[in-house]
Amino acid sequence: MLHLALFSFFGAICVAGAINLLAQRHPINSALSLIVVMGSLAVEFMLLGAEFVAVIQVIIYAGAIMVLFVFTIMLLNAGEEERSAGSRIAVLLGVPALLILMGLVAWVLIRQNPASGTVAAGALPGTPPEIGRLLFRDFLLPFEITSVLILIAIMGAVVLARKEH
Amino acid sequence: MPTSFFTGTDYALSLPMILLSLFGLGVLIIDLMLPAEWKRWNAITALIGLGFSTAAVMRIQLGHFADGRPLVGSFAYLSNVGGQVVGSVLMDGFSIYFFYLFLLGAAIAILMSAHYLEIEHEHHGEFYALILFSVVGMMCMASGYDLVLLFIGLELMAISTYVLVGFLRRDKRSNEAALKYLLLGAFSSGIFAYGLSLLYGLSGSTNLQVIAQALQRHYSANPKDPIAIVAMITTATGLLFKVAAVPFHQWAPDAYEGAPTSVTGYMSVAVKSAAWAMLLRIFLWGLYPLRPVYLPLLVFVSVATMTVGNFAALSQNNLKRLLAYSSISHVGYMLLGLIASDNITNKTGIQGILVYLLVYTFMNLGAFAVVTSLRRRDIIGDEIDDIAGLYSKAPTEAVLMLLFLLSLAGIPPLAGFYGKYFIFLSLIQTQHYVLASLAVLYAVLGLYYYMRIGSAMFMRPATDPEPVAISPGMQVALAVTAIGTVGIGILPEFFIRAAGWSLGIQQAGTSLLGFLR
Amino acid sequence: MPQNYVPIFLFVAVVAIAIPATLMIGKLVRPNNPEKAKLMPYECGIDPVDNARGRYTVRFYIVAILFVVFDVETIFLFPWAVQYRALGLFGLVEMLVFLAILIVGYVWIWKKGALEWV
Repeated sequence: MLHLALFSFFGAICVAGAINLLAQRHPINSALSLIVVMGSLAVEFMLLGAEFVAVIQVIIYAGAIMVLFVFTIMLLNAGEEERSAGSRIAVLLGVPALLILMGLVAWVLIRQNPASGTVAAGALPGTPPEIGRLLFRDFLLPFEITSVLILIAIMGAVVLARKEH
Repeated sequence: MPTSFFTGTDYALSLPMILLSLFGLGVLIIDLMLPAEWKRWNAITALIGLGFSTAAVMRIQLGHFADGRPLVGSFAYLSNVGGQVVGSVLMDGFSIYFFYLFLLGAAIAILMSAHYLEIEHEHHGEFYALILFSVVGMMCMASGYDLVLLFIGLELMAISTYVLVGFLRRDKRSNEAALKYLLLGAFSSGIFAYGLSLLYGLSGSTNLQVIAQALQRHYSANPKDPIAIVAMITTATGLLFKVAAVPFHQWAPDAYEGAPTSVTGYMSVAVKSAAWAMLLRIFLWGLYPLRPVYLPLLVFVSVATMTVGNFAALSQNNLKRLLAYSSISHVGYMLLGLIASDNITNKTGIQGILVYLLVYTFMNLGAFAVVTSLRRRDIIGDEIDDIAGLYSKAPTEAVLMLLFLLSLAGIPPLAGFYGKYFIFLSLIQTQHYVLASLAVLYAVLGLYYYMRIGSAMFMRPATDPEPVAISPGMQVALAVTAIGTVGIGILPEFFIRAAGWSLGIQQAGTSLLGFLR
Repeated sequence: MPQNYVPIFLFVAVVAIAIPATLMIGKLVRPNNPEKAKLMPYECGIDPVDNARGRYTVRFYIVAILFVVFDVETIFLFPWAVQYRALGLFGLVEMLVFLAILIVGYVWIWKKGALEWV
């Protein structure tokens, strides 16, 4: 019961942060409320037993990716956005379409897979020790290749942004 | 779980990749110490690395295929699934064949690049390191038997290629091409990863063999399950994007045009072969149970690809764009091979695809080598006007270019003919007469735009007096590609057998190692 | 499982209460006398010349990208550290290889001058 309450609470925070993100007029404020979304998502993952994903969510998304976002906003010096009136068609068609889509997704999930019951939190492998065992034993080769992949990313950033000599 | 999870076999099988990575790192470090006029040593180091890696591949081939059985399990974390050891690497003839193909393509691309990069004033060691690392990624794609390894290999290759496409910092076209390619490529990788995640969800495993077994059960129980179909379509979309099949081809002409010309050549052969290796691996191994579902999709994509590629190529005036569209149309022909053959009852089409990719490596890299040499001081040299009058300036090159073009068009005594021949043969064997006649019609259409280049070279006067830039490296590259194009055309037996060997086709009177010895 | 996080949850709860509480107490206790110089942003004692949300130079951007990339690397250190004993010597070697490749990359950016500011 407490579990469900916590899950709903952080889910609500997540949705509120996302709505605030759209409503804010200054990009920096939007970026900051994205951090709230990322943070509450991390809690949601943790409540579902996916601890490693929760850690990634905090370190990579709420940390690094947001740094990149904020730097980009500062780099572009984006000011307050101007609100255009918005088209009526977008509202008239978009909102019902969104509702229909959500309904369809929910219907498919409930209807198509009645067999897929509930799984207790933490029943599936997802804790850091399990990930560690998978990563360093079973997926040894992909893991080492990943370091080359990261090296390529570093090279790409430097090569494409290097100064003119 | 096996107690020893990094065995001698694992080491031997990953040695080609290990060596390439080491040499890539070596090039990066050596480059920092080299003075500007010695940058050629980077190219030489990279070539030595490719040589060592080739030796390691040969060692696998000679050492582990001696008993004639493909080496199935390595990095074998899932021992004994259904009586067979499966691992994240499947080193069979298929993998070995593609390994040689990648190494060959990379070596020729490096030979073409050294002088070209000097002309562009962008001669840096990173270029060669990126090529070596991308080959590592390709090897993962060809030998990967696990979705994780396949995906990481794909990304390693793709990200290296994005950087290589944007390597000419001063050239706006290069920057634009890199950006477009990056955005579309990342998007398609996302769709592909989504498909892979659904496959994992359906089967509970990332191993292709387990996935195939699970899909088999799933499909026979519930043939219209939307999730399996969505998984197949998203996976196929990612794969078809990487081979630039219509309707996922829009990135190709822009990326090919903007990239440094030698990189364009490299992308059109090695990168494309790697994408093909992964496509065949996933379609024929992992998604095989869904073959009745994906076949109509492939027929549509293949016909659309041939149509768009051939018709769009007709009106191009930029050589690189023209070759990009021609490359798209070649993908269309190759897809026909996959439609005709399922690699179990009929292997001709798959063998045809492998032969096609080999001859395509020679002839298309040859054509791009000639286009690369048109880049001279102050002349970008990638329009048809720039190749006009090539015969009066450099007769040997003009004749070679004509050979490459005729081979691309599929004229009989040249290598390109055999690629098409096997594809058409497989279509006829499996009674796809309509597709076969359509493909022949399009092949004739292809002759027209290739000969536009030919007539410009021989019939028109040169527009500028500047001689073409032929360095010793370029001479070697041209010689190798020309010998390959003509040699396979005259003595195709050996190469066709090699492709057959890699698919485990038993030929009478040939030992399995026949093509090496 | 979730009960492992009770200390963290308590910690978050304490922070969530303590910070607003101290700010509120401060606001109640301190005298309120704003003037122009007091409200100015503090910038090493020099009068600010421009809006704080000004444009950054593009060099920060490379640093930010490199930060992201090396941050991804730390993600791999994390499961290794919690499994350090179980993985043993071989795990250590694996991680050293992983790090060695990235250190080559680090040396390369350093020597390439991508981190130089002028």
